[in-house]
Amino acid sequence: MTLLHTRGLTAHYGDFQALFGVDLDLQEGECIAIIGANGAGKTTTLRSISGVLRNRPEAVVFDGEKIGHLPAADIMGRGLVMVPEGRRLFPSLSVEENLSIGTYGRKVSGYWNFDTVTALFPILRERRKSPATALSGGQQQMVAIGRALMSNPRVLLCDEISLGLAPVVIRDIYAAMPQIRESGASVVIVEQDISQALKVADRVYCLMEGRVTLTGRPTELNRDAIHAAYFGVSA
Amino acid sequence: MMWIDTLVQGVLLGGLYALFAAGLSLVFGIMRLVNLAHGDLIVLGAYVILIIVSALGLNPFLAALVALPIMFTIGWVLQRVVLNRVLGEDILPPLLVTFGLSVVIQNALMQGYSADSQRLRPGPIESASLDLGVVTVGVMPLLTFASAVVVIVALNQLFYRTALGRAFRATSDDPVTAQLMGIKPASVFAMATGIAMIVVTIAAMYLGMRANFDPTIGPARLIYAFEAVIIGGLGSLWGTLVGGVIIGVAQTVGAAINLEWQILAGHVAFLVVLAFRPRGLFPRAND
Repeated sequence: MTLLHTRGLTAHYGDFQALFGVDLDLQEGECIAIIGANGAGKTTTLRSISGVLRNRPEAVVFDGEKIGHLPAADIMGRGLVMVPEGRRLFPSLSVEENLSIGTYGRKVSGYWNFDTVTALFPILRERRKSPATALSGGQQQMVAIGRALMSNPRVLLCDEISLGLAPVVIRDIYAAMPQIRESGASVVIVEQDISQALKVADRVYCLMEGRVTLTGRPTELNRDAIHAAYFGVSA
Repeated sequence: MMWIDTLVQGVLLGGLYALFAAGLSLVFGIMRLVNLAHGDLIVLGAYVILIIVSALGLNPFLAALVALPIMFTIGWVLQRVVLNRVLGEDILPPLLVTFGLSVVIQNALMQGYSADSQRLRPGPIESASLDLGVVTVGVMPLLTFASAVVVIVALNQLFYRTALGRAFRATSDDPVTAQLMGIKPASVFAMATGIAMIVVTIAAMYLGMRANFDPTIGPARLIYAFEAVIIGGLGSLWGTLVGGVIIGVAQTVGAAINLEWQILAGHVAFLVVLAFRPRGLFPRAND
């Protein structure tokens, strides 16, 4: 069953058009990855889905409801919760407070709560009283993911969660993904790290200059096709 | 002995200035809004209490209780209908709008109540005093200071112990990400202004009971409030109390030396603090 789809998604920054009719589908329980080079429109796609950028109502449909025109807070309340690029933790809040703010706009009981989130990322329990921004980059990313999980999202929108992190930390972060999916959340991942995206995703969308240039299951896509879709030239 | 008395009276006076400033500090801390109408809103609060006293024959303390929800509603509506529309990257529109609001409030009160001085009469408590041995303090100044401490403690509890307080701080840190967490900044700001108006009402009650007021005295209260907020460090509630006390003590010490120096001494203290600690005594780490 299709949980989320976009149809003809467009986005503008002033006169600059960033997206040219992006169509995506996310099935219930599925994990899709959006890959592409810098400036391809990956983050803009997530910002459009999450309501940071407004669209036509029918451009984004979630669980049968047209939500493209809704503000971000209302979309979050429906269960589409974003882990923003760069973590964007609240510096005046402690780790524990950053996690609990995730439940402010969506109080839904489910698998995720403070105990299960800190069981997934045990370091967060140890550092619960620390200012969130005093943590290392990897730990901050765990807070950002945990903050989103606290609301028991139906769809988790992850924007470049590996950005700026050491490979060993990226591995730890992605090791949490199976448990997140087992909890019932569907996942949309935006990644520049193609190999990581191909490992965790059921299907991949490749964007270039605001358009979908390739889509398919990781096992169906060969290196040349991805290279061509990613850069616009064959390897 | 005289200097101890001067110091104590200054600290107690600082409580009144802290009450003037707490609402301003709250609003600035959350939405970076410099409300130039803050002093006039305090005066408006005093008139609202006066109207309730006249209409219902209540003591000003009870009348202030009745005024609290009225002033909360005024603040909430003001933020939703007017101020939210002008908040943004540019700080000039809110400055202009609140300046205009100040003019409107002053003229509306002048139209309705003329320039005659008014006073809230709480009864015998007005002149009651406590002999503490070393010094004698008025009950009203003592109550004012105690109220300021209670207000600051309550606001701190709200900020650091409640979900709404976390939403206030998160929105202040990063309104865009706050929306991604389901927080609606427009609603949060309206709540903040409503709560600030509750503090304004308490300040207005003491203002009206301790001195005469008329529609034009708001801007002077605004200056005291600004000075207390800036001395304490923008957005720091305990800093605001300290700022109020510093101005109060400076004023009473100035008056003890020469009565004409009272107001001037408060402003000089402000300038001295500003010269050595431009970010105030207790600036927030992430400002």
